[in-house]
Amino acid sequence: MAVLWKKKDLLDLESLSTQEIEMILETTGSFKEISQRPIKKVPTLRGQTVVLFFFEPSTRTRTSFELAAKRMSADIVNIQTSSSSLTKGETLKDTARNIEAMKVNMIIMRHSSSGAPHLLARSVSPSIINAGDGSHEHPTQGLLDIFTIREHKKKIEGLNVSIIGDIAHSRVARSNIWGLTKLGANVTVCGPATLMPPEIEKLGVKVTYDIKEAIEGADVINMLRIQLERQGQSLFPSIRDYSMSFGLDADKMKIAKKDVLIMHPGPINRGVEITPEIADGPYSVILEQVTNGIAVRMAVLYLVSGVKERGE
Amino acid sequence: MDILLKGGRISDPANGMDAESDLLIKDGKIAQAGKNIKAAGAKQIDCKGKIVLPGLIDVHTHFRQPGREDEETFITGSRAALKGGFTSVLCMANTSPVVDNKGVVEYVYAEAAKAGLINIYTAAAVTKNLEGKELTEIGQIAAAGAKALSDDGKPVMNAEMLRRAMEYAKMFGLPVISHCEDLNLSRNGVMNEGALSTRLGLKGIPRASETVMVIRDIEIAQLTGAKLHIAHVSAKESVEAVRQAKKRKIKVTCETCPHYFTLTEEAVLGYNTGAKVNPPLRTVEDVEAVKKGLSDGTIDIIATDHAPHSGEEKDVEFDFAASGMIGLEFAASLVNSELVKGKALDWKGVAEKMSMNPAAFLGLKNKGSLSAGADADVTVFDPAGDWTVEAGRIESKSKNTPLIGRKMAGSAALTIVGGKIRYENGKFS
Repeated sequence: MAVLWKKKDLLDLESLSTQEIEMILETTGSFKEISQRPIKKVPTLRGQTVVLFFFEPSTRTRTSFELAAKRMSADIVNIQTSSSSLTKGETLKDTARNIEAMKVNMIIMRHSSSGAPHLLARSVSPSIINAGDGSHEHPTQGLLDIFTIREHKKKIEGLNVSIIGDIAHSRVARSNIWGLTKLGANVTVCGPATLMPPEIEKLGVKVTYDIKEAIEGADVINMLRIQLERQGQSLFPSIRDYSMSFGLDADKMKIAKKDVLIMHPGPINRGVEITPEIADGPYSVILEQVTNGIAVRMAVLYLVSGVKERGE
Repeated sequence: MDILLKGGRISDPANGMDAESDLLIKDGKIAQAGKNIKAAGAKQIDCKGKIVLPGLIDVHTHFRQPGREDEETFITGSRAALKGGFTSVLCMANTSPVVDNKGVVEYVYAEAAKAGLINIYTAAAVTKNLEGKELTEIGQIAAAGAKALSDDGKPVMNAEMLRRAMEYAKMFGLPVISHCEDLNLSRNGVMNEGALSTRLGLKGIPRASETVMVIRDIEIAQLTGAKLHIAHVSAKESVEAVRQAKKRKIKVTCETCPHYFTLTEEAVLGYNTGAKVNPPLRTVEDVEAVKKGLSDGTIDIIATDHAPHSGEEKDVEFDFAASGMIGLEFAASLVNSELVKGKALDWKGVAEKMSMNPAAFLGLKNKGSLSAGADADVTVFDPAGDWTVEAGRIESKSKNTPLIGRKMAGSAALTIVGGKIRYENGKFS
């Protein structure tokens, strides 16, 4: 591709151009093959130091990033809240400056506050990769979802994609919305009114509170995890009530298209937002998403590291 | 020394004056306004092309003393006020310790007198330690000179508590200033609720969180017959609620702040904590409604809600950043650019909202006008001359403002307090 990757950071999909998203997806394609080799390692990022800076518990995303970096021969350091200095009253910015002073190349960051990676990106010189910030965005998840859809459907433009669940608190939803709409998909969001963020339709999506409407005609259904803790916050009356209206089960699936893809960013609450028979059923690409996650993250690390630009 | 201000445009609504004229100041009082005044021995200052206003009075200021002298003090705050053309301010009670008893009220007046640059008045808390649980000793506080009661920074969530406070305050003629925010509706919110909060993934504060409390407090004002003042009105619906209350002849006044008629929530983009303020910056529609409220008389007062915060409190994650922005140095310029040039107010209207009405609200009989015999607090505003906000040139001890880099239209050229020139063309004296 003629265009070179120019961004120092990957903070969100909202600020990426269609070309930049395409570029990541194409790069992902070439990296996917590496994980299928018997020896899953290339020297691409040898000598680069990557810090995984996680302020929220995460197994899937952290492991995925870590494997992506390791398969490209980067050196990795893990910092988690419990072991960081943040509990000692140091600000996020100070901690980041200290990491910067250790001459690292990239910081992969997960934080419970929206915009925390943006604060870092304007404060320190290493590249910042957002691994999920608050309810804002989770760009690599959005990218891996789109990559997975494209592998199956061979295109994004014109597809009907429904995202169902807790939209208000979901960074996955926001990244999917930006990425998918930029590439020309028709996105519908569905969930209880209490978990629907205000004026979401201004992001170019259709809103429905009726799951049948979201299922019917959908080429892709992306089920979001419902956070069980939210039950006590009057955001929905009970898990049972939620499941009745918004849980995906075989019965509701009867009206679905025959070739619909079922996705879920994980971790799944089996029997809450999705029944096991659907999660493990023939339409499900949930585990493929996980596999593709590594390839997408390899592509992102590669592009952001600037290796390509320097021609090394 | 006597001072003769020559040829400025005097805007003095208390005397129905809005014309080019001279103004003579003698012995710390206004002596006379009129054409071609001659005064041998008086210091003459040419005010041609400038606006001469009764000294600006800010009814909503945080000087952070006692408790956060690293953010502002009576001295640094006074300098910021003078630079902005303010001659008097009302400090809010949410210091540390809280201004919730006679002793702290007396401390504030003693320290303010030591600073001695402008007139500093204080509000006192409605409830002890702003906790909303127990009334402060309102009688003693009034006797010590507090000019209003407010738990500003927080609402009095218990309506019964507010009712009793207003009934009791009424006996002493003290107004109650209400920070209108339903804490249940605003919980964890950090910016205006709407499409932008959805995009940024930040928890929103709906306009209703302000308006439901405005309406509640208006009803309590009606019930008690006490003087209610609504602080920092930001939402369209709140302006309308006050408009209706005034039609019903309920004793309610309200203020807005320059940021609510100048900025919108867009200032938050990029997670700019400088634009985090409570109530939050709203939408263009709200900005227009606030301007309309100012021009039709619904909004009585323009106050700054000058809220200094240290860099450490702002240079953090948006969720954790302190709310508030400094305002004293920018208010008059923003009023000029947004309201005067924008035809929402003329200079007489400005004098009303920034001096006459605030003086009446605080019960300051010798202020808010340029009548003969009034205190010689005078602000001369020069509408010409653009300047740019630079952090390094801010007088306030704190630099938290989203206006850095913004072009401003006009500035205070001269600030006279009690007949003394305290600020003139960039210099303090």
